[in-house]
Amino acid sequence: MYRYDEFDHAFVSERVAQFRDQVGRRLSGELAEDAFKPLRLMNGVYLQLHAYMLRVAIPYGTLNSRQLRMLAHIARKYDRGYGHFTTRQNIQYNWPRLADTPDILAELATVEMHALQTSGNCIRNVTADHFAGAAADEVADPRPYAEILRQWSSVHPEFSFLPRKFKIAVTGAERDRAAIQVHDIGLHLKKNEDGRIGFAVYVGGGQGRTPMIAKKIRDFLPEEDLLSYTTAIMRVYNLHGRRDNKYKARIKILVHETGAEELAGQVEQEFLQLKDTELKLPEADIAAITAYFAPPELKSRPEGWESLARWKKADAGFARWVEQNVAPHKHPDCGMVTISLKPIGGIPGDASDKQMEAVADLAEEFAFDEIRVSHEQNLILPHVALADLEPLYRGLVAQGLATANAGLITDIIACPGLDYCALANARSIPLAQELSTRFGAAERQAEIGELKIKISGCINACGHHHVGHIGLLGVEKKGAELYQITLGGSGDENSSIGEIIGRGFEPEKVTDAVETIVDTYLGLRRDKAETFLEAYRRVGPQPFKDALYGATQAAA
Amino acid sequence: MSDKVLTANRLSDGISVWLDASGQWVEDLQSAFVARHAEAVSALEATGTAAFADNKVVDVNVIEIEEKDGLLRPLRLRERIRAEGPTIDYAPGYRGLLGPFEAA
Ligand code: HEM
Ligand code: SF4
Repeated sequence: MYRYDEFDHAFVSERVAQFRDQVGRRLSGELAEDAFKPLRLMNGVYLQLHAYMLRVAIPYGTLNSRQLRMLAHIARKYDRGYGHFTTRQNIQYNWPRLADTPDILAELATVEMHALQTSGNCIRNVTADHFAGAAADEVADPRPYAEILRQWSSVHPEFSFLPRKFKIAVTGAERDRAAIQVHDIGLHLKKNEDGRIGFAVYVGGGQGRTPMIAKKIRDFLPEEDLLSYTTAIMRVYNLHGRRDNKYKARIKILVHETGAEELAGQVEQEFLQLKDTELKLPEADIAAITAYFAPPELKSRPEGWESLARWKKADAGFARWVEQNVAPHKHPDCGMVTISLKPIGGIPGDASDKQMEAVADLAEEFAFDEIRVSHEQNLILPHVALADLEPLYRGLVAQGLATANAGLITDIIACPGLDYCALANARSIPLAQELSTRFGAAERQAEIGELKIKISGCINACGHHHVGHIGLLGVEKKGAELYQITLGGSGDENSSIGEIIGRGFEPEKVTDAVETIVDTYLGLRRDKAETFLEAYRRVGPQPFKDALYGATQAAA
Repeated sequence: MSDKVLTANRLSDGISVWLDASGQWVEDLQSAFVARHAEAVSALEATGTAAFADNKVVDVNVIEIEEKDGLLRPLRLRERIRAEGPTIDYAPGYRGLLGPFEAA
């Protein structure tokens, strides 16, 4: 993985020292809140309902065991023994004291981590496919390009005060596991007919109060033009993006109001000026960064196949876990393991210090020291030999980390919601817990098959509800919580925004409503192979409306 | 007019606090000073502004409460959750706003 060079080290240390000084002056009263707030946000420190919150960046979701141990250490020493992995592949701590945050950042810096650009109107942590470098369907590892973008965008003077925050995601596979079409810029790494590497470029996707699917403005951008073309997009946005209205300031609104074609033209024009400047990436630079991400040397271990068959036969629980949480790897004798952070009835995305440490140990022993955070709020061990799956599984079981539900109905995304978040209208986590408990039986989940539920506590959509197969949005009505249901959303290569199905449901009724939707699907699907999303796309909303509100009710 | 109390988050650690009758910021809503008429509310507001300017607390707000069975209860769910802590068992051994359980 990428290692800091001297410049990176010096820069991060300097920022920690600066922030220490700023916090000191704030606590002594020398700095007022209005002056301090933007400074703390630039260092990942938010204020929530009960305490401050610290958001730590995990670039493209990649960690080694040393880093994960540090995250555990911080949870234990400075927080309340746990952290929350987010849909942006970051981790959030919910209880840090302001006075401790400089120490936390200093400790993070020792393992090459920080909280820069996790807030504010800058280019945020670049996210990538969590199976990068391992997936069988991958053209090339997207992380070197994410790293190039990270280096280029870090404290970029021109792009530190954009009209609004800016999120870039990269995938290197046909199957999009990074939800690139709902990002400000989505990059799909591919090869053209000549075998050259480049990107399909999408712009103007986003969630929030105005969800939009990104428009493709370039079918093939050669890799060496990555920075010049991205700069061109940023310039057009920086110049024309709306600064008059926070709710219209994202690039998606600019793309929508300008039209994708017109905008693409403007970008091309900028690009012409930049194409042959120092922004052009030399092949040697790409190669040097790519070398950091070289996959581990995976030995041939064909004996794993026989052991695997034997273990599966002996233990149905193990068999189920392999079936659900282990995906095919590039290397035939390996698998990619999803460590579910969605225990039945548990809190999506939370991990205790002990669990983080256990995962770090297991990664070191069985997974070449590599861990990923997925945008679905799970942890991933991307490289595990089949021959090691059984001992790994035992280790996970001991920590309550072997829930066999990746991609199933209980693999729910939920934002912090009203249990923590100052912007929330309603709670997300208790609803996730209730749904998980309701559908938690292994047979039932298996019967239902792939179904993604995503929950946000307000229209900001941090819980991705717009792209949930079933999306749940918390709103406040007459001082009480109410949940609006959307159906048919999807955040993959065929992205779609879910449609509101009708009037919302009270907290005590919403789980029943979801069950009605699920039962309706089970009743109308062609066969078990037709997933919820496929069935919904075939039949549309009406059968679900009828089931929820009665056939006689006028369109809600 | 509904009864009101003054709440904020403490600057140094962000923990939610309420103003009590002696002018101290306390971590327990039940000890808060209740303003029951307009002048008392104005006094709360003035105290809040001063405390913010004095860099003791941030996010200062006057909130509505009612008294029920001898307990103060904010009208908004948001404020009830601020007073009682997350409604979930967020980590083994922890509950609500209390932080770690004391070992027996
Ligand atoms: C203190 C807590 C948080 C605050 C104040 C916050 C604030 C916001 C706001 C204001 C937006 C809307 C942006 C827009 O539409 O322009 C947003 C979007 C988003 N946030 Fe958060 N958020 C918080 C926590 C989280 C967490 C925990 C996650 C991950 C689970 C997250 C991930 C996202 C994502 C994925 C989006 C939608 C993508 C987009 O930007 O369009 N946020 N957030
Ligand atoms: S969606 Fe709303 S409630 Fe949930 S974390 Fe984002 S801002 Fe908070």
